[in-house]
Amino acid sequence: MGSLTLTNVTKSFGTTEVITGVDLHVNDGEFCVFVGPSGCGKSTLLRMIAGLEDCTGGEIAIDGKRVNEVAPAKRELAMVFQSYALYPHLTVRDNMGLALKQAGFAKPDITKATDRAAGMLSLEPLLDRRPAELSGGQRQRVAIGRAIVRTPKLFLFDEPLSNLDAALRVATRIEIARLHRELAATMIYVTHDQIEAMTLADRIVVLRAGKVEQVGAPMELYNDPANTFVAGFIGSPQMNFLKAGALGMRSDTMGLRPEHLTISREAGQMAGKVSHVEKLGGETLVYVHVEGQGLLTVRLFGEHSFTVDETVYLTPDAPRAFHFDANGLRLR
Amino acid sequence: MATRIPLSRSIAAHTVLIAYTLISLFPVFVILINSFKSRKAIFSDPLAIPTPETFDLIGYATVLKQGDFFQYFLNSMIVTCSSLFFILLFGAMAAFALSEYRFKANTLTGLYLALGIMIPIRLGTVAILQLMVAGGLVNTRTALVLVYTAQGLPLAVFILAEFMKQVSDDLKNAGRIDGLSEYRIFFTLVLPLIRPAMATVAVFSLIPIWNDLWFPLILAPAEEVKTITLGSQIFIGQFVTNWNAVLSALSLAIIPVLVLYLIFSRQLIRGITAGAVK
Ligand SMILES: Nc1ncnc2c1ncn2[C@@H]1O[C@H](COP(=O)(O)OP(=O)(O)OP(=O)(O)O)[C@@H](O)[C@H]1O
Ligand SMILES: [Mg+2]
Repeated sequence: MGSLTLTNVTKSFGTTEVITGVDLHVNDGEFCVFVGPSGCGKSTLLRMIAGLEDCTGGEIAIDGKRVNEVAPAKRELAMVFQSYALYPHLTVRDNMGLALKQAGFAKPDITKATDRAAGMLSLEPLLDRRPAELSGGQRQRVAIGRAIVRTPKLFLFDEPLSNLDAALRVATRIEIARLHRELAATMIYVTHDQIEAMTLADRIVVLRAGKVEQVGAPMELYNDPANTFVAGFIGSPQMNFLKAGALGMRSDTMGLRPEHLTISREAGQMAGKVSHVEKLGGETLVYVHVEGQGLLTVRLFGEHSFTVDETVYLTPDAPRAFHFDANGLRLR
Repeated sequence: MATRIPLSRSIAAHTVLIAYTLISLFPVFVILINSFKSRKAIFSDPLAIPTPETFDLIGYATVLKQGDFFQYFLNSMIVTCSSLFFILLFGAMAAFALSEYRFKANTLTGLYLALGIMIPIRLGTVAILQLMVAGGLVNTRTALVLVYTAQGLPLAVFILAEFMKQVSDDLKNAGRIDGLSEYRIFFTLVLPLIRPAMATVAVFSLIPIWNDLWFPLILAPAEEVKTITLGSQIFIGQFVTNWNAVLSALSLAIIPVLVLYLIFSRQLIRGITAGAVK
């Protein structure tokens, strides 16, 4: 109960086209993550699914039924916002129960649903407080609880964790993953955090300038990117793009993940100078400036000491490289 | 306030503010003390505090004996409060529509509504009078309320629209997804968040309405609908002015404005917005 189909959906604000034709099918129970650079239209697309923005063209269907003309409240979905958007004048309990109250449910049913959701997120001690009396993390949990209460067909999340600190972000991320398993609900999640996308998603949709660049499971995108944009966007630190001609290859661009470059002080294919070293404990990132190629990132496991300005040699792990043509499309 | 202000600057600032307060309050203070003095005492030493010898309630007695004075008071209250209510209600609604919905001629409508700020409504007095005569509204409080609402709306729409734009979209959208009507979103989510702006608009609109002499004189000079400003004029004659009565009437007229102001300024300070959105 809760599949979503977008057919050639477009959106313009005045003359600027923000979404330029998106086709997408999200299966029932799937966790689908939208990623893309800032301003590419992720939030706009999500708001269109929610019914908060009209479509300029195309069709949105939930469970196979066209919903373009259906009001947000009637689409049976719930949305969690980056800014929490709790009702300041209502207690946590009333915040969570409002949607059911509006839908005309009986009081005992509302209480039951609210208590169930509060139990899932350990919100019981907070039920009688107002949003002003909660911490940021608690507010976001309440906002998630508010979404759960109504057992929607579709959960929509718009960067729900980006206002939280790092530790809380991890905890809440795990909580969302657990909820997805327990509720087996369809979730659509917007983020520009790599880790959130990779760890939560069943499928990732990479957007650029209002268009879908590639759709696939996280590892599919990682191991088999369709173009330089996806290759550069998925994976952190970012993939290195080398000018293949300089290395005697026939493709235009060679993409190489930072862990697939070996570094040596003695000999290698390319000579370069260390320009910066980042030690993260478990791994070390070495940034090497190579003449004609620019700054390349090398990822080493464990601790290594390189000094800035030291000369080093890099060797690409050729079989693991990705090759792209002049338009950035993958050559297979 | 995290930053510490140096003591010297703090003292300087307070000196200036206190001086300004004293200067502003001085006329009010003079009116108040003189309203409690006998006629002779007012003229012999206007700045003296009333003493047992000079203390006299004759002014208040005259004003209260003047029969309809309480009625004038009531008229002013009714006219001011109704006008404020309509200014805030319609102003906020128009501002919400202008800031929330995208429609053709949105900017144009906004400009048109703001035009009233620049054109004094008194320029249209003759037309307004003709309109009121045609509508049979001359010598009614309704006439005054209508005019004052029209007079207050442009500034109200202008200020409130700016504040409405700052209300979080997410909050309104959350309401829409939860099935609240646009009216519920407006009244229960947006209005409470812009209460400080509403209070500001209320204070700005309140004073000119309460003090206005022009429109009561033209549109509603009849005894039973006179406002207090117009009512007080009877004590100011062409040849003799009953200063005791005038000063007492003015002193009394301060009270309601003060009360209204206190109500609104409490709203100015109170912030229930904290915690709604980050
Ligand atoms: N109401 C609007 N009127 C005009 N343009 C808009 C409006 N809302 C969004 N846009 C434009 O649409 C584009 C996409 O915006 P959107 O908010 O969907 O980006 P996003 O992918 O969510 O970015 P971010 O990651 O920064 O949240 C942006 O270029 C933005 O300027
Ligand atoms: Mg966004």
